[in-house]
Amino acid sequence: MSMQAEPLTRRGKKGTGAGPENKEVGQDRKQKTQGRAAALLIIPSMIVLGIVIVYPVIEAIVMSLQKDAGLDPVTGTFVAGGFAGFYNYIHWILQQCNTPNGQASCPAGTLGSQFWSATGTTFLLTVVSVALETVIGFWMAIIMSRTFRGRGALRAAVLVPWAIPTAVTAKLWFFIFAFDGIANTLFHTSILWTGSEVPARSAIIIADVWKTTPFMALLILAGLQMIPDQVYEAAKVDGATAWQRFRLITLPLVKPALMVAILFRTLDALRMYDLPAIMTGGANGTTTLSILVVNQIRVGFNSAAALSTITFLIIFIVAFIFVRFLGANAVESATNSGKAK
Amino acid sequence: MRHSRKFASLAAASVLAMTLAACSGGGSSGGSSSGGLSGDAGANLDGRGPITYVQGKDNSNVVRPLVDKWNAAHPTEKVTFKEQSDKADQQHDDLVQNFQAKNANYDVVDVDVVWTAEFAAKGWLQPLKDKMAFDTTGFLPATVATATYKNTLYAAPQTSDGGLLYYRKDLVPTPPKTWDEMMSMCSIAKAKGIDCYAGQFAQYEGLTVNAAEAINTAGGVIVDKDGKPAVNTPEAKAGLSNLVNAFKDGNIPKQAITYQEEQGRQSFESGKLLFLRNWPYVYNLAKTDGSSVVKDTFGIAPLPGKTGPGASSLGGHNIAMSVYSKHKATAMDFMKFMTSQETEKFYATQGSLAPVLSALYTDKDLVAKLPYLPVLLTSIQNAVPRPVSPFYPAVTQAVQVNAYAALKGDKSVDQALTDMQAALTAAGSQ
Repeated sequence: MSMQAEPLTRRGKKGTGAGPENKEVGQDRKQKTQGRAAALLIIPSMIVLGIVIVYPVIEAIVMSLQKDAGLDPVTGTFVAGGFAGFYNYIHWILQQCNTPNGQASCPAGTLGSQFWSATGTTFLLTVVSVALETVIGFWMAIIMSRTFRGRGALRAAVLVPWAIPTAVTAKLWFFIFAFDGIANTLFHTSILWTGSEVPARSAIIIADVWKTTPFMALLILAGLQMIPDQVYEAAKVDGATAWQRFRLITLPLVKPALMVAILFRTLDALRMYDLPAIMTGGANGTTTLSILVVNQIRVGFNSAAALSTITFLIIFIVAFIFVRFLGANAVESATNSGKAK
Repeated sequence: MRHSRKFASLAAASVLAMTLAACSGGGSSGGSSSGGLSGDAGANLDGRGPITYVQGKDNSNVVRPLVDKWNAAHPTEKVTFKEQSDKADQQHDDLVQNFQAKNANYDVVDVDVVWTAEFAAKGWLQPLKDKMAFDTTGFLPATVATATYKNTLYAAPQTSDGGLLYYRKDLVPTPPKTWDEMMSMCSIAKAKGIDCYAGQFAQYEGLTVNAAEAINTAGGVIVDKDGKPAVNTPEAKAGLSNLVNAFKDGNIPKQAITYQEEQGRQSFESGKLLFLRNWPYVYNLAKTDGSSVVKDTFGIAPLPGKTGPGASSLGGHNIAMSVYSKHKATAMDFMKFMTSQETEKFYATQGSLAPVLSALYTDKDLVAKLPYLPVLLTSIQNAVPRPVSPFYPAVTQAVQVNAYAALKGDKSVDQALTDMQAALTAAGSQ
């Protein structure tokens, strides 16, 4: 890239070096060459983005319009399914399956019957865990932003759960919530944590909150530190109570950072896979959309492509709502913070 | 200079080798009569040369010594061992990706018994018939059934595994022969204040194994001989009801709904369980674990059945040849080598992997080392493979989800079996 850029810069210099009578022409040429240079410099990253983002998305959509390979009843071998139109999408959204008697609603125990319950589970887990993480994370951030001895040690300690790989976290909580595990021993209970719906979901939420609250706290802490101390001092002089200072100063000023933190966590939680997959295997109402996609991949790629496209759209809509209506804008708040510095 | 000359000669040699390989490959595919085998399955039947063997992580270091032994004896047909991850799902997905890419370097592969039908139906495994016939004399019939799809053998059984009943011989002098007998012994457990029976009942593959055993033992089937779902029968109902009723009576403790293999083993080893259905791996652990309080007081027996031994599900792995292999004659020799009596014995002593050859179960040296072998033989002789279906992941989902709902009492047994039948049918007509 640097080899390409060099001759262009030299040419640019020549342009500026032209006589005053040629100034306008030179500037024009300069703009043109600069534009061309910019385009040349952007092209490589565009190509990379095209390969890693655009191509897979298009490929997934193309695949999702194909039927999965079916079994030839005579030879017992698979034959390609051919074009399916929107069959795969209808299959998931209306939960319709192929049966010997034609289309019918998918029987219990098929993946097709689990789409809406998986969607509901995904949203429930997301809303509850992100809400808890926001509240606890805010509290942790406020503590961490104070000046006291050992603040560095506390900040490092808080980050530990986040630094542990999710799969390891999940396995740890799997053992904690086993029937003979720490949770039941500690509280002298005999709850079957992974044996029914409410405890199983609670267990996953507890594990998720434990793991990702530090991330939330860190993002909020960054926002808190942007608020100048003078504002608080002025409010104190004016006789504002602690609650008033929090409600009227901290909250509005930290809002951009907070919204970005919530946006990130929500998008992250919507694709939750490892925790439920390892802790419950998706049993007892803990099958999320990602688990459903992975289970479907083992049975048929094309139908799985349709399901991932649906999941992609759901997450896209959620992100859109956040940015458009709730004012979470990762790019804008980053530029603002740059200006503030 | 020296280096570059060396490099040049190396390059020349490798080019020569490649040309030779191409020649031999082309020659065999063009010349030989395929004898009933067509397409990729009919190509390269006489091909000889280096091959690759693909298997999951070799935890007990049994494959490498075997490959070394083979390579010492076959310098021109060397085997490279490609080790996959130790996670079954990842091994499966790795094989799928390489088969889809028609990778000629995955010559001989190790497949879980439940994947064999899927890979065969996708046309990825070399049918072992006609010119490529594989002699299965001396193999346990149930293990051969796991490698057979639509009456054609697609793989050779390599290792096996069957369920055993672990029991406390200090409390129950003679192990129960039938399920009803075992249930009647639960009063002994109650008097001692311990749990009576447990298997694997969490919603995962282990539940498919346990539900299939219950259904098969009672004379039912999940899919019939032609691969058609046939689970909605009085026999299957009786089988599943046995488990459901045991849960209701408390003969199976309520926490067993969260049990996988390990939780049941821990409960049994800490003396809190009278009967446990588990795999042979528990035997050595229960004998040697520091935390095991049942070291000298447990025994093993075949699974209890209706009148005699119960029908175990089968674990284990098969060895198969890719249709895309360029050196199928070598691959065939290697498969025979890997399933020979000598290799099987090495597997059993070195890796505690159950053999597939019936003769080895009565071998004196082996039985001295692995005392559970005679009981395991009874188990495998009465075993019924899990459904041999190209849609196995969907099949096991259908069984797990509905059996789990029945065990928890969310669904009646009738409803669970009706739904299971419908879900199995839908799985097969995608």
